[in-house]
Amino acid sequence: MGGWAIAVHGGAGVDPNLPKERQEEAKRLLRRCLDIGISALHSNIPAIDVVELVVRELETDPLFNSGRGSVLTENGTVEMEASIMDGPKRRCGAVSGLTTVKNPISLARLVMDKSPHSFLAFSGAEEFAEKQGVELVDNEYFITENNVAMLKLAKEANSIVFDYRIPAPGTVGCVVVDKEGRCAAATSTGGLMNKMRGRIGDSPLIGCGTYACELCGVSCTGEGEAIIRSTLAREVAAAMEYKGLNLHEAVDFVIRNRLDEGKAGLISVSKKGEVACGFNTTGMFRGCATEDGFMEVGIW
Amino acid sequence: MGWAIALHGGAGVPLSMPPENRLPREAGLRHCLDVGIAALKSHMHALDVVELVVRELENFPHFNAGKGSVLNTLGTVEMEASIMDGKTKKCGAVSGLTTVVNPISLARLVMDKTPHIYLAFHGAEAFAREQGVETADPTHFITPENIERLQQAKEANRVQIDYTQPMPREAKKNAAIANGDSQTGTVGCVAVDSEGNLASATSTGGLVNKMVGRIGDSPIIGAGTYANHLCAVSATGRGEAILRGTVARDVAALMEFKGLSLKEAAAYPVDQAPPGTVGLVAVSSTGEVTMPFNTPGMFRACATEDGYSEISIWDSPIKVSN
Repeated sequence: MGGWAIAVHGGAGVDPNLPKERQEEAKRLLRRCLDIGISALHSNIPAIDVVELVVRELETDPLFNSGRGSVLTENGTVEMEASIMDGPKRRCGAVSGLTTVKNPISLARLVMDKSPHSFLAFSGAEEFAEKQGVELVDNEYFITENNVAMLKLAKEANSIVFDYRIPAPGTVGCVVVDKEGRCAAATSTGGLMNKMRGRIGDSPLIGCGTYACELCGVSCTGEGEAIIRSTLAREVAAAMEYKGLNLHEAVDFVIRNRLDEGKAGLISVSKKGEVACGFNTTGMFRGCATEDGFMEVGIW
Repeated sequence: MGWAIALHGGAGVPLSMPPENRLPREAGLRHCLDVGIAALKSHMHALDVVELVVRELENFPHFNAGKGSVLNTLGTVEMEASIMDGKTKKCGAVSGLTTVVNPISLARLVMDKTPHIYLAFHGAEAFAREQGVETADPTHFITPENIERLQQAKEANRVQIDYTQPMPREAKKNAAIANGDSQTGTVGCVAVDSEGNLASATSTGGLVNKMVGRIGDSPIIGAGTYANHLCAVSATGRGEAILRGTVARDVAALMEFKGLSLKEAAAYPVDQAPPGTVGLVAVSSTGEVTMPFNTPGMFRACATEDGYSEISIWDSPIKVSN
């Protein structure tokens, strides 16, 4: 036990008919992100920096639903949100309603480090971004052809798309425990395809989509509403803290008992260097690695 | 057993208040408690009770919610609220409201009328218009007291969790202790009805001089508001502390996972938080009530079916009846 550990995800709920090339593409991206994280951990970069670094990579790549490649609101625009949490003192930062910030997770980090608050949203968040001098782009930058087509489908089906019948990419996230046993978690997303403007999901909500404390770091993905009602990320930690479960038991317990009819998944690490993933969806894009050389990338 | 209700008007209470500030707030607590008791006695569902009571608290201009909300750094009001049904765990939340007279009711509508849980800013305002809820000009919510508080906060160049009275010079020590931390406002109500249904609702204007777009703990499920089959909790205090402490959720988790009583479970996150940052009200499915806080005071009131009722600001109740 002990040593560093890292896990990444690109969303829970995968189309079982996803073409082979798309699956390979996703696995390549997950592997690349893991490598970036592992390399950083080898250079003794603290967990909080590693999760930010990895999520930035996931945001920049248009494959998953965050940053560029975010799903679209009912108006065809992008509204992004993210949160980050540093286990040791449970400091946190979150943002919502971003339309021009190239890397939402980094703005969440700045909210944590450079503002007196924990959560900034919409025009206030954009103003803060400007003042902080982060990279800003036009909203069009984030929009991909894939997502435009998917929005069209969703409107025709008149649905808020979560389920994979109309394959929709998911949230991204990263959790890390570094060599010093510090845990951190980060989550970023464009939200739900065809969502109402102003809709906030679970990803920027501390305790729901993201949580980290002395014991563990957790990032969730799936039906936002289910994750919020079950305060899923905090639940894993609470099961460890108050029920004395270990990481694997806690993840298992939470996925089995807390989701009711909801569909979701999560990745987690513990300060002891363990990593655990759980999901009740059909598939979750994920990858994990531990210091002893274990590495795995998977979808099903 | 039986019904129970607890409500708060914020943990942002200084060590003493002159009568002209204290008395209207006591009256407000009394009025809202009476509204809640009457509703429970007429077998209203807990979810409807908490919404009703929080509407009253929002309308009351001396608490930091709805009318009487504190001002952000631009001198405008941005309100937020959340509500949760303990039985179904359905929830609704709103943030960044500027014209909606009763934010808690909009949160309820998000829960009941949309596939989402949380709407904010322009999206929430647009939804409000669609739903035809009562709106008012943004100036409706602004009170002279709050203009004064903002002024003070700007002078002291701090983000103030409200409730400092226009301060006389000698109260500077109080302010130093506070550092914007021990004076907090928010309103909330928790209830269990005679069927054992639990519900929680919280509403606020947030922090004095907060950055535009700042969201606190009040609309965050698990932080400021939580309800399940065991208990219902509404928290108040320093939003950032309540958020990282997932205060409302922790009370329920401690009852469930560690078998603590409501009182013990509620005391724990309050004790763990930095002094002067957190207060909460909670009820259990068996009709118990607890109202712990680690600030100098918390505007609060509660009642249980056996006839007990209490209105308090500092440690000792102002009025208790049995």
